[in-house]
Amino acid sequence: MKISRILKTIFMIDFLTGLVMAIKEVFKPKKTINYPFEKGSVSPRARGEHALRRYPNGEERCIACKLCEAVCPAQAITIESSERDDGSRKTTRYDIDMLKCIYCGLCEQSCPVDAIVQGPNFEFSTETREELYYNKEKLLENGDRWENILAANINADSSQR
Amino acid sequence: MTELIIFFDQIYKILFLLVPVLVSVAMIVWLDRRVWAFVQKRRGPNVVGPFGLLQTLADALKYIFKEIIIPASSNKVIFILAPIVTMTLALIAWAVIPFSETFVLADINVGVLYLFAVSSLGVYGIIMGGWASNSKYPFLGAIRSAAQMVSYEVSIGVIIINVLLCVGSLNLSDIVLAQQNLWFVIPLFPMFVIFFISALAETNRPPFDLPEAEAELVAGYQTEYSGMMYAMFWLGEYANILLMCAMGSILFLGGWLSPIDIFPFNVIPAPIWLILKILFLFILFALIKAIVPRYRYDQLMKLGWKIFLPLSLIYVVLTASFLMYFDLLPG
Repeated sequence: MKISRILKTIFMIDFLTGLVMAIKEVFKPKKTINYPFEKGSVSPRARGEHALRRYPNGEERCIACKLCEAVCPAQAITIESSERDDGSRKTTRYDIDMLKCIYCGLCEQSCPVDAIVQGPNFEFSTETREELYYNKEKLLENGDRWENILAANINADSSQR
Repeated sequence: MTELIIFFDQIYKILFLLVPVLVSVAMIVWLDRRVWAFVQKRRGPNVVGPFGLLQTLADALKYIFKEIIIPASSNKVIFILAPIVTMTLALIAWAVIPFSETFVLADINVGVLYLFAVSSLGVYGIIMGGWASNSKYPFLGAIRSAAQMVSYEVSIGVIIINVLLCVGSLNLSDIVLAQQNLWFVIPLFPMFVIFFISALAETNRPPFDLPEAEAELVAGYQTEYSGMMYAMFWLGEYANILLMCAMGSILFLGGWLSPIDIFPFNVIPAPIWLILKILFLFILFALIKAIVPRYRYDQLMKLGWKIFLPLSLIYVVLTASFLMYFDLLPG
């Protein structure tokens, strides 16, 4: 071994350099955000919690074509439909098992009328499994609550569609 | 009646020491995580209580309510006893730590030996836990830990001899008082460095945390533990770290003495100085955890037996000859 190497080992130069650097790092601004109080930006394409949208006149968009049910790789979607009195085909049941869902976004892509969409909300944890079996009411309620953001997101992404 | 008064007097004294120690152990866990996070430019626990100070209490509360799983094939008595032993040994050592000239629970003449004996016993908790789990990872962790702690105790013992040569007494208060003119960290600086590194190994802290090396041994001897028993291991470990810091500050950094004996410094009460010194050493512990990679096992053994032991032995000879030649031997 070289003399300089031995001296470096004895006086722990490498270690001390590291220690000084660590102490300097302590006073630098943090790289992480203060999460629950401060949130990062979410892309308009974010694939978060599902929602069923309505037309501005309050009519459900979903026409029960079952494309999303067919395309769903996790088979998380269950749809039953019937003809309504006015002759239009509407869903009687629209369930998503959020525990099976892999959040791939294929349902959103396959939908011809932009009815099922995935919004920017990713904070919907629950305390029981049952609360994550979403039914039609829950999904429509989500749609009503997030409509402004969902419409804006679809608009922002329209050039890619 | 007088016996009763003495009895309760002792109980109060013990509580007056133990409760602050336990609280500071909780705070020190928080500090450790916080320093670690700050070095990595993260925020660390900052939600529970002011600056996240109550995080450890919240964690402890969580551990209390968690189920304790005892493996079917384990030796149940020893399995349950192991964390209790670790925790108890980590706490009883505090009896001899002098916080000021008057405030020491047991001012015994062999304080250093007592400290040394208790910290040597600490390895039993780990061996018992690892063996009684009857599972391979805890067992390997326990074997590693036993070998490691025994190796580094040897050099710590020799380092302590250096200090004792300069003091001429085994009483911890005498050791502190002998440093009134010059802290031992200055003449015995190499020994202080070796003591500090050995203390890291003794308490299984990084870079010597081989007994619980996550990548190889899951969690070492703690693998099969859960709930409150795990928490006791964990608290015992941190109490041990705190104890090692206290030992370092008493042996080398002048214990409760203020750095300079002039006005603004000597008004500050003595225990505060000791606490500040312990904190300084602990922050070093925490910083080191954040910056160093883990040692390989053979490197660890080589460092202990082939470098630290000869070095500290040579230094004993040097100290003894120096004191002899200049006729400075105490007593």
